[in-house]
Amino acid sequence: MTGKAKVKLATAWLDGCSGCHMSLLDVDELLVALVEKVDLVYGPLVDAPEYPESVDVALVEGAVSSVGDQKLAQTIRARTKVLIALGDCAVTSNVPSMRNTIPVKKLLERVYVEGADAAPGVPKDGVPALLRHALPLAEVVKVDIHIPGCPPKPGAIAHVLTSLLDGKKPELKGLVKFG
Amino acid sequence: MEAKMTIRIDGELVKAEKGSTIFEAARANGKRIPGLCNMTGLKPVGACRLCMVEVAGVNRLLPSCTTPAQEGMSVTIRSARLDSYRKEALELLLSERNHVCAVCVSNGHCELQSLSQELGVTNVRYGYRYPKLPVDLSHPRYVLDHNRCILCSRCIRVCAEVEGAHVWDIAGRGIASMLTCEMNRSWGASRSCTSCGKCVQVCPTGALAEKGFAVEEMVKKFEAVERLAVGRGGVK
Repeated sequence: MTGKAKVKLATAWLDGCSGCHMSLLDVDELLVALVEKVDLVYGPLVDAPEYPESVDVALVEGAVSSVGDQKLAQTIRARTKVLIALGDCAVTSNVPSMRNTIPVKKLLERVYVEGADAAPGVPKDGVPALLRHALPLAEVVKVDIHIPGCPPKPGAIAHVLTSLLDGKKPELKGLVKFG
Repeated sequence: MEAKMTIRIDGELVKAEKGSTIFEAARANGKRIPGLCNMTGLKPVGACRLCMVEVAGVNRLLPSCTTPAQEGMSVTIRSARLDSYRKEALELLLSERNHVCAVCVSNGHCELQSLSQELGVTNVRYGYRYPKLPVDLSHPRYVLDHNRCILCSRCIRVCAEVEGAHVWDIAGRGIASMLTCEMNRSWGASRSCTSCGKCVQVCPTGALAEKGFAVEEMVKKFEAVERLAVGRGGVK
């Protein structure tokens, strides 16, 4: 990056458990260095209502499970230079994909009607509709870097972020595994 | 002493026993070829397609586990091109069924997972299929989860060739192929299974596992069964 302009970093939380965000916070002292070089502009860790127009790097956690996830993923892709799938749910669809063999209608009725102790009924207002399958991010938008892991090791996240800040291509062979 | 032949592996001249496969010749010289279906002591079948190698003068890849080494043969077992094909084969295996490592008993002890890690598979470039597959919990001690099966057939061969029971087979064709117990019985209803557990111990993934283990807990005793298979005079 040129001059003293800070790199604009965003994070997003789709269908996941937020464990990948916890792993991001576990990069420890690198956070201090990141604060010097990076502006966190969007995500669960900051208070920003809209995804900004121009972002340098986005870390996206979670599978694409709903129409809302799909829209956000497309917005992120359109407004971001480097899109990173963070963790197994974003990379493989992982645990969220375990519903994929059950039709959505049957799934929702099992949980919200048969499984309800009170007020049975599938919620419709204010929640985005589920897609037929929970999908890996790469099946919805182009992904530039994948960091697998459940959660990914802080060292792998740190390697990717520091490589990008140094203008290098990260090499994750040996640093990551599924699961 | 058995007669030796000379072959070239990745440019290096090595001696190999006559009658050995390329896979065996490489291993005898301390050179590892990746693989998921081969096992010392069992007949090789070439099921997983990960041990594919380049043989000089042959215009297609050959599975090293089923290809006999020949005097003067020149074989490439590791190259960027081969690794890229092996990554594709791994990605196809991962996309074919529901390999959810995070909730698998074999997480951290899985050959499919560790080979993917070794070859640098960080994502799958093919669309996942999400097939609806059964889990057979009918055996009192073991479980068969078809979601995690890669159809390597080690279980079939160890049961037939070492235990002598031949409980397992593959039924169906192509993408519909499934491991089957006897003539499509549930495992618990099997009349020939001796409950020895060899199939479980040699399974490269979490498809066959002992009951009572949680995520990451199923550590298999592959080497013990392999020694047994070799000791019984199986394929060396």
